[in-house]
Amino acid sequence: MQPKPPPGLTPNGLRMRLGEWLPFALLVPSLIASFVYVFVFTGWTFYISLSDSSLLPTYGWVGFENYAKLWSSRRWNIAYNNLFFFSTFYVLGAMAVGLLLAILIDQKIRAESLWRTIFLYPLAVSFVVTGTVWSWLYSPVAGIEFMVQSLGFENFEFALTASRDLAIYAVIITGVWQSSGFAMALFLAGLRSVDQDLVKAAQIDGASSFRIYRRVILPSIGPIFIAVAVIMLQFAIKTFDLVVALTGGGPGISTTFPAIFVYDLMFQRGQIAQGAGAAIMMLLALTVVLVPYSLWMVWRRRRDSGHG
Amino acid sequence: MVDAVFADDPAARAAQRAYFVNRVVIYGLLGVFSLIYLLPLAVVIMNSFRPLPEIAEYGLINIPRQIHFSAWADAWGTYCINGACEGMKRNFMNSLYMTIPATIISTILGALNGYILSKWRFRGSEVLFTCMLLGVFIPGQLALLPWAFLLGQLGLNNSIAGLVLVHVIQGISFTTLFCRNFYVSIPDDLIKAARIDGAGFWRIFRKIVLPISPPILIVTVIWQFTGIWNEFLFGVVLTSGKQQPITAALVALAASETNVRNFDVMSAGVLIGAVPPLLVYFFGGKYFVRGLTQGAVK
Repeated sequence: MQPKPPPGLTPNGLRMRLGEWLPFALLVPSLIASFVYVFVFTGWTFYISLSDSSLLPTYGWVGFENYAKLWSSRRWNIAYNNLFFFSTFYVLGAMAVGLLLAILIDQKIRAESLWRTIFLYPLAVSFVVTGTVWSWLYSPVAGIEFMVQSLGFENFEFALTASRDLAIYAVIITGVWQSSGFAMALFLAGLRSVDQDLVKAAQIDGASSFRIYRRVILPSIGPIFIAVAVIMLQFAIKTFDLVVALTGGGPGISTTFPAIFVYDLMFQRGQIAQGAGAAIMMLLALTVVLVPYSLWMVWRRRRDSGHG
Repeated sequence: MVDAVFADDPAARAAQRAYFVNRVVIYGLLGVFSLIYLLPLAVVIMNSFRPLPEIAEYGLINIPRQIHFSAWADAWGTYCINGACEGMKRNFMNSLYMTIPATIISTILGALNGYILSKWRFRGSEVLFTCMLLGVFIPGQLALLPWAFLLGQLGLNNSIAGLVLVHVIQGISFTTLFCRNFYVSIPDDLIKAARIDGAGFWRIFRKIVLPISPPILIVTVIWQFTGIWNEFLFGVVLTSGKQQPITAALVALAASETNVRNFDVMSAGVLIGAVPPLLVYFFGGKYFVRGLTQGAVK
């Protein structure tokens, strides 16, 4: 494209050789930091989980004893049961609401960016803020229950966070409130990428818009569904701040989660070996979600490039 | 969708009515959802200006009858959290001192790494890139003990500098990913031509890469700023008391309430903690969303 440099202006050998090494040298600090962060930290935490550490790290080997203790602990069982229950309804709920909002916004509405701004702003605030404010809204003496009752519906009950059985639903509702805008943004991007000729063809065939969505548009954004589900599952597994601020894991330990369990054991109860074991279990859960997904992505990319 | 040309045609009129119903349903649903989404924000804003007795009498979800501003002053400067009666200003400043350097450093490193990994590839660079990416997925809980130990060794325990280090290293994966995926789209021929012209590593970076970088740098800065500002786990574990960032202070504030809940002061406190990322969101909205979708899908 550009004219060749006149002879004599090419860089000399030394500078060239230096230049060859410079990029690598600049990369080295980040590489070391990432390597330590990803492998050394994880490896060390794994090692601690196999040790007899309690308040401080010690290196007496106990094998998988901590894991056995972990899985027989009632608290941990509640935590991972909660995680399963929460993940299911949080992911499905956020996807359902997100998809509905995305479809509504996709109907050539007025002031589209205003609506989008409203549904997405929860993502900008922290889980701590969301959890705190929603804990007030669930408060029976001042929040939603109080308001509806003072409107005259005196039997109305919405004190979810006061009940051991219902508190998990409060976490789900709040999680969906925070994350559905995110699902909406991803779905909307997907809807906008659908081939408009296909849609037009279906319209000419006289298909109703409901049918067009079900038969033409949604199937073609299938991969987005999987991406959204995977990202939401990842959020769910890491759920911590939201629950700490919303219910503190209570009432009792009814809304405890794996991430809270880890924090509790490591920094409140001085059982760091078992806490480390629980952290490794969290990593395992993430792996179960992410490895198949990455393999699937790689497979799809290969397939697509094979066709192209 | 509808042409009103044949207004007398019954089919056209039916279509027009169907369109009208369709619009009513769409805007109705959007309106209902908006109310749900805006309710918590409206509640904290209003309650930060309502006197406490009024909140106690009429509940949190109600319109203000009187307005006062003292809750803001209390929350900012004099409210007692964990025994220290200095309000949240200190924690707010902590969060700023933590977030700004961590955002800048991790963004610069990400831009450099991304530039190298996309335009100065060497044997094995793809593998190294993949390893760096793993950092995106590692849950913070796995790194808690090592960080606590390492920061202790470095003499950075319970310090803002320690949190900056943590967030920079945690953030490199993300910023590198963002920038690398953006720089990949710069044609290699352009870089080659510049090299033939004798331009070196830095010159190409300054003259070719940086000038087209603003979109991705804005996305990265917004992503890092909101992420680090809103982070809670490391803040609460690695710092205590006066050194804590605002998220940790907010939880302490809510937990230290024993009998009387000072909803007015707490509302103001919550808003103080939420305003910086919200401002970033409202002013950088387009880039914020782009960052979200990029961070998610790639």
